[in-house]
Amino acid sequence: MTLSKEIQLEMYWTMLLARRLDERAWVLHRQGKIAFHISGIGHEAAQVGAAYALRRGTDWWVPYYRDLALMLALGYTPHDFMLALMGKRGEPTSGARQMPSHWSLRSANVVSHSSPVATQTPHAAGIGLGIKMRGDDAVVLTSIGEGSTAQGEWYEGVNWAAIHKLPVIFLVENNIYAISVRQEWQMAVAGVADKAAGLGLPGVAVDGLDVLETQRVVAEAAERARAGEGPTLIEAKVYRLTPHSSDDDDRSYRSREEVETWKAQDPLARYRENLLKKKVLTEAADAEMEQRTRDQVEEAVRLAQEAPFPEVAEAAYPVYAEEARRA
Amino acid sequence: MPEITLIEGIRQGMDEELARDERVFVVGEDVGPRGGVFRATMGLFDKYGAGRIIDSPLAELSIVGVGIGAALYGMRPICEVQFADFIHPAFNQIVNEAAKMCYRSKGDWTVPMVIRAPYGGGIGGGLYHSQSVEAFFAHIPGLKVVIPSNPYDAKGLLKSAVRDPGPVIYLEPKKGYRLIKGEVPEGEEILVPIGPARVSRVGQDVTVLAYGMMHHYALQAAEAVAAQGIDAEVVDLRTLYPVDKATVLSSVRKTGKALVVYEDNRTGGYGAEIAALLADEAFTDLDAPVRRLAGPDIPAVPFSHPLQDWFMVDPEKIAQAIRDLAAF
Repeated sequence: MTLSKEIQLEMYWTMLLARRLDERAWVLHRQGKIAFHISGIGHEAAQVGAAYALRRGTDWWVPYYRDLALMLALGYTPHDFMLALMGKRGEPTSGARQMPSHWSLRSANVVSHSSPVATQTPHAAGIGLGIKMRGDDAVVLTSIGEGSTAQGEWYEGVNWAAIHKLPVIFLVENNIYAISVRQEWQMAVAGVADKAAGLGLPGVAVDGLDVLETQRVVAEAAERARAGEGPTLIEAKVYRLTPHSSDDDDRSYRSREEVETWKAQDPLARYRENLLKKKVLTEAADAEMEQRTRDQVEEAVRLAQEAPFPEVAEAAYPVYAEEARRA
Repeated sequence: MPEITLIEGIRQGMDEELARDERVFVVGEDVGPRGGVFRATMGLFDKYGAGRIIDSPLAELSIVGVGIGAALYGMRPICEVQFADFIHPAFNQIVNEAAKMCYRSKGDWTVPMVIRAPYGGGIGGGLYHSQSVEAFFAHIPGLKVVIPSNPYDAKGLLKSAVRDPGPVIYLEPKKGYRLIKGEVPEGEEILVPIGPARVSRVGQDVTVLAYGMMHHYALQAAEAVAAQGIDAEVVDLRTLYPVDKATVLSSVRKTGKALVVYEDNRTGGYGAEIAALLADEAFTDLDAPVRRLAGPDIPAVPFSHPLQDWFMVDPEKIAQAIRDLAAF
């Protein structure tokens, strides 16, 4: 399936917006205006490619904390993100109860997740089971980092989906590092896709720095899932161009030369070049988009700074579903 | 009115909820054609099929984790963990995920599910088929914890748990599965609400607070001391969390003496919280110190029968504790 020019530009816009928001978050942290940020710079192509392979509104999502670009593709806004970073009232995923980048968006079928890694994998299998039990025409995609595939919860969730041929896509964003620990100390196999053989489902590796290629591979997996052929494990090979979080210093575990080498393959710059070459994007249109992202980001920062903090009374609810209406 | 066993009450409760609501399904180890290792799901596979009575892989966290996912999608899973001793791999899913989902999503996502597990000793199960795990979960806001002590409550609490909009930990006193029998009417809807405790024996001298198998024993002990002129009141807590403070406090305010019985290790056990509640809110009504009768602080129940008997609280130990307290 060829993506229309409009869709290709929309994908570029989403990646660009994610990048500028993420960069702005780092600045806000260094200015002492926010307490914490966890970065997804370098992951944008894999996430946006995945988002545009599924059907928004129909399919389901169980993401992880690096998925800012994915979330923007699904309807999360810069304003939402800034409210989360600052812990302000009206933050839409958790009412500012959770740390930033702990996603949830009921209106877009994005399920809430926690901080302990791989807890979301069995949830995706369970959603897949629900889809199958009801005979619905939906697919669920869950994303995760490669380090987290060491967890038993990951194996147990994937095993379930493979046994029951559930409509689940397991997207692993492999950026080589589990915070500071390199892949070879997380697994003995050459790549996460190789783990699929032991679990009985197809495992595919894709260049996660290539948004269109990622979109194609994830769309194929979605086709398989809808055809009742079961889950697919997709390893999107990416590189985290920033430290793990605002509390991390990556100079302690990787060289500047290594990071520079990967910066030369920046997925955003790469896609930009691709679109310019195909004349889908012009320099003028790109400049206009850059300006628009910056305007939106600054507007979001301003609104979030002006927004009030939650009322302290909000902290007591809703512990139980019966109290949910109070939230 | 037919007399049935406690486990039959559980089975009937699941059967009726499966028939009532097609979103309800059962998942666990050996729950399918085998009918469960204790036979709690006997006949359900033949009646509802492999699509709704699902044999899981031998991996407890996945039973709960997959159940959570299905609940998020709108299903109503009943997850069976074969023994409460094996629930610990699923602790993260229960405590970090199911319990916190509603709060962390400001109510956008909820997890209506039941997690069933047989618990308790006295059945020759050794360290890993005898544990009492209620204190872990009765510590966690977001969960509800219930323990039935008779067939009627077993059925009625199970059905209420399935209909609850959030996660319910439903612990089953497995020694009582076939030992405890009771009359349960046929052809009527039995729903025992989650929350209220029940005064199961009215008395004036001492309040005995218990649940599960220990409640069954407490009633026997109360009869034994009655012959010696001690009139014990027995309260079946039924819902451990959130606890029915009003029933607990009103009973103890009347008798002035409280004995809390639980078969878990003494330190940090569930009964410690009841004792703390009484110290906080019934201090001036007490005529004696609040007493706890519980298992010893050793890692778990030993296998060999004399060792197991030493660990377990039984009717005679409870009767002695009531006599001691009455004499204070």
